[in-house]
Amino acid sequence: MNPFRPVGHAFLAFLEATGRLFLFAVIGIGHCVRPPLYPRLIGRQMIDIGYYSLPVVGLTTLFAGMVLALQSYTGFARFSAEDAIPSVVVLSITRELSPVLAGLMIAGRIGAAMAAELGTMRVTEQIDALETLSTNPYKYLVAPRLIAGVTMMPLLVLIGDVMGIFGGYVVSVFKLGFNAQTYIVNTWNFVQAMDVVSGLVKAAVFGFLVALMGCYHGYMSRGGAQGVGQATTNAVVSASILILISNYLITEMFFAQ
Amino acid sequence: MSDATPTVPKIKLAGVEKHFGTKTVLNGVDLEVAQGESLVIIGGSGTGKSVMLKCILGLLTPDAGEIEIDGRPITRLSTAEREAVNARIGMLFQNAALFDSLSVWENVAFGLIQGKRMKRARAKEIAIRKLADVGLDADVGALSPAELSGGMRKRVGLARAIAGDPEIIFFDEPTTGLDPIMGHIIDELIVHCVRQVGATAISITHDMASARRIADRMAMLYRGEIIWSGPAASIDDSGNAYVDQFVHGAAEGPIRMELRKL
Ligand SMILES: Nc1ncnc2c1ncn2[C@@H]1O[C@H](COP(=O)(O)OP(=O)(O)O)[C@@H](O)[C@H]1O
Ligand SMILES: [Mg+2]
Repeated sequence: MNPFRPVGHAFLAFLEATGRLFLFAVIGIGHCVRPPLYPRLIGRQMIDIGYYSLPVVGLTTLFAGMVLALQSYTGFARFSAEDAIPSVVVLSITRELSPVLAGLMIAGRIGAAMAAELGTMRVTEQIDALETLSTNPYKYLVAPRLIAGVTMMPLLVLIGDVMGIFGGYVVSVFKLGFNAQTYIVNTWNFVQAMDVVSGLVKAAVFGFLVALMGCYHGYMSRGGAQGVGQATTNAVVSASILILISNYLITEMFFAQ
Repeated sequence: MSDATPTVPKIKLAGVEKHFGTKTVLNGVDLEVAQGESLVIIGGSGTGKSVMLKCILGLLTPDAGEIEIDGRPITRLSTAEREAVNARIGMLFQNAALFDSLSVWENVAFGLIQGKRMKRARAKEIAIRKLADVGLDADVGALSPAELSGGMRKRVGLARAIAGDPEIIFFDEPTTGLDPIMGHIIDELIVHCVRQVGATAISITHDMASARRIADRMAMLYRGEIIWSGPAASIDDSGNAYVDQFVHGAAEGPIRMELRKL
């Protein structure tokens, strides 16, 4: 028995899976940019992703901002550097925490739901039924989700930015005794367009990845309820990992000297 | 249909093969269905009946062989050509495969609205009429598929399959999972609907009572091949030991069930 054989097999399987995913993404994107589109379906997905995720994303980033202010204070007070808190909060929130936390929450909320819905449609032959009714499942199911993911995530992250900064403000002003006006002025003076823009670019990429993983794993699921459960798990895990990897790559692209 | 002479079969399969990995499901299926004919395919569970229909519908691509509709090969079509072909085919899936995010009437009207780009109001009218054809009231149209019983789901699936007035209709185990009375009613609906739209039909079943009611002609699929076909009336004296065993549901005979030894 050749000890390299299993390794080779695993590698080939990995290449095959990557190729399949890539092809899936290309076809999906192709249907996003080619009419006809389904405005009704895109709208429904946008409401699902954008509107119903607001509480989750808002709460997550609010508390992230609050704890950021609190932790920075305990650290910075030792060097009498408390003045840096507004800038630390706004920088961390807009560049990293808001997009990444929102991305991970959406991966759990939306990626899982997409995989479960498409997976159920696959194993109950609803996707086959679409094709027999002369409707392309990529156009009908995948494209609206990709479009909604890419467009809604930046919006969510923008709101997450505001909530996070507000969280830092609340803790700084009402608990740590900062002057409200100074805090706001410091925040405003420090933040740069690039900080926010990079966060929004990340958001669009994360939104795409979550929708892609949800659709892909759902679409490819096999074997009844168990297969759907597996697809859901795979969608969340792979979307989360891809979010963290692409987060690093985008950060390097924007800010590496 | 313009260039199709009466001798050209509506549907023709020649040497169709389908393998999944090392497993052979279809091993050279030859089959012809004439225009307006109702063919019933019988055969045990897992013999590849559904796979055969999915090959004709382009949901699966055969590994070998050719499938023709009206004499035109359809195994390697572009997406647009495929959609055009499928627009002429209706399919009732084994478990109805209704879209559970849509209401009943939207399910029935789906092919009209999405496939044929019809206005919703007009498509709804047709959907309600098709629901009436399968014996369902207009107010059922507003329900969600989850609220329906098994028999009603099959009826809705049937209404959806005939909504576009297809030239060809496939029924995958239309009576499986229904009580005998409901099975009988569905069979009669199938015969009625197929006549009404003048379609060519292929039905799959392992319910012999149902097969006798629906079929003009029967064929038996065994081990990935059509081992017998003939007029429905001759099923009882087919002279084929496999068919006899299946028709009588005998445990003893040449058919070996593929059960794994425990
Ligand atoms: N997409 C698929 N991938 C792998 N195997 C499949 C697939 N579809 C069907 N099969 C296998 O093909 C065989 C025939 O299936 P099917 O046509 O559904 O049987 P039936 O005659 O009961 O309709 C089964 O053993 C099934 O496991
Ligand atoms: Mg079947």
